[in-house]
Amino acid sequence: MSCDLTQHFVPGYMDGELDLVRTIEMETHLKDCPVCAQKLEDQQGVRAVIRRSSLAYVAPAVLRGRIQSSLRASAKTDNEVRESGIQWRSLHVFRWAGAVAVLVLFSLNGWQLTAPLRETFTDQRLAAEVFSSHVRSLEANHLMDVVSTDQHTVKPWFDAKLDFSPPVEDLASNGFPLVGGRLDYLEGREVAALVYQRRNHFINVFVWPDSNKTNSIQPVKSRQGYSIMRWSRDGFQCWAVSDITGSELAEFIRLLENYNSSEPN
Amino acid sequence: MSDTARRERFEETVLPHLDAAYNLARWLTRNDQDAQDVAQEACLRAFRFFDRYQGGSARAWLLTIVRNTCYTWLHKNRQSDSTELFDEEIHHPELSGGADPEVQALAAADKETLSRALEELPDVFREALVLREMEGMSYREIADVTAVSLGTVMSRLARGRTRLRQSLTAELSRGF
Repeated sequence: MSCDLTQHFVPGYMDGELDLVRTIEMETHLKDCPVCAQKLEDQQGVRAVIRRSSLAYVAPAVLRGRIQSSLRASAKTDNEVRESGIQWRSLHVFRWAGAVAVLVLFSLNGWQLTAPLRETFTDQRLAAEVFSSHVRSLEANHLMDVVSTDQHTVKPWFDAKLDFSPPVEDLASNGFPLVGGRLDYLEGREVAALVYQRRNHFINVFVWPDSNKTNSIQPVKSRQGYSIMRWSRDGFQCWAVSDITGSELAEFIRLLENYNSSEPN
Repeated sequence: MSDTARRERFEETVLPHLDAAYNLARWLTRNDQDAQDVAQEACLRAFRFFDRYQGGSARAWLLTIVRNTCYTWLHKNRQSDSTELFDEEIHHPELSGGADPEVQALAAADKETLSRALEELPDVFREALVLREMEGMSYREIADVTAVSLGTVMSRLARGRTRLRQSLTAELSRGF
């Protein structure tokens, strides 16, 4: 075997990628040829130094969360298409049923009836997303991107990262200190996640703009030992989730709301 | 297959390789934010084409998509930069004598120096080294992911390692 050929096969040899015959030929040649042996040593040296240095990057937890939310969202879009299909079909039934006037009347009624229903579907889906975001943030040890108890640090941090400016309040004096914030992903968009603490428990508050909603509060739902609440105010949709009791969470939101209304803008 | 079942199967089969996907994207884009964008886009694309996945190495399948997404992205965003075209026939590896200072250079290279040297390599060498040394892929898998022959994989690895060695030596002789 010539040196040219040997040198060509050096990487395959050291990576164990050659067939048996070639491997034996290589071994025979390398024993007698210091130049090729040196070449092998050089290559092995580099390989060792790369492997030793553990250069591989690990995917950030927030990326994993974003991808999972997007996957869920894309599956949901399909469901929504199906859902609107059902409404269309039920409208057809009405159409067959009676005169034009009745149809108009009925379909109006039907629409008014299905609107809250649709809302409930969306809420249930969102509650599931909010819940899994909360659990993920604790499991993946990625609760906060900005760690600060100071609302004047957290708010500008969000303002710089998002295309909206979420309200940020500290409720430390009421036993719910603000501890930080991070970016999260819900409904296929980036949202602000504010993190509060109640004794040893964490509360995630997700906030994003939602111009369609009037100010309202939904009653607390619970899910696998967690309390979840949704409310809307001043063009923001807000969700809070925690493993504190439902009544404590309701109290927390009441404080948050009062804080806002007492704040001189 | 229902949407949920399909998503769950994707999450079980493909998502465990997200670290590998991000790692490759990170070394090709050389930047965290871009790597996240590329890895996310690649995963969503993989999900769209999940029906085409025929079994076999899910990691190699995902990395093929990541790599294509990366190059499309690099082409769009950094036209002047990076993708140094490399003619395998013209660029012969230089044989260097006197190994001693190089051995020292290698031994002394810290992680940061090494990362920088690796980032400066042409993309084709860098990706081969990442797939081989960090992901532990076989030549066959690397050949599939990067769409070249086994021989080319072997020569890219050799040239990549040689270049890396040279640049570490140069770096350290500057430093001392």
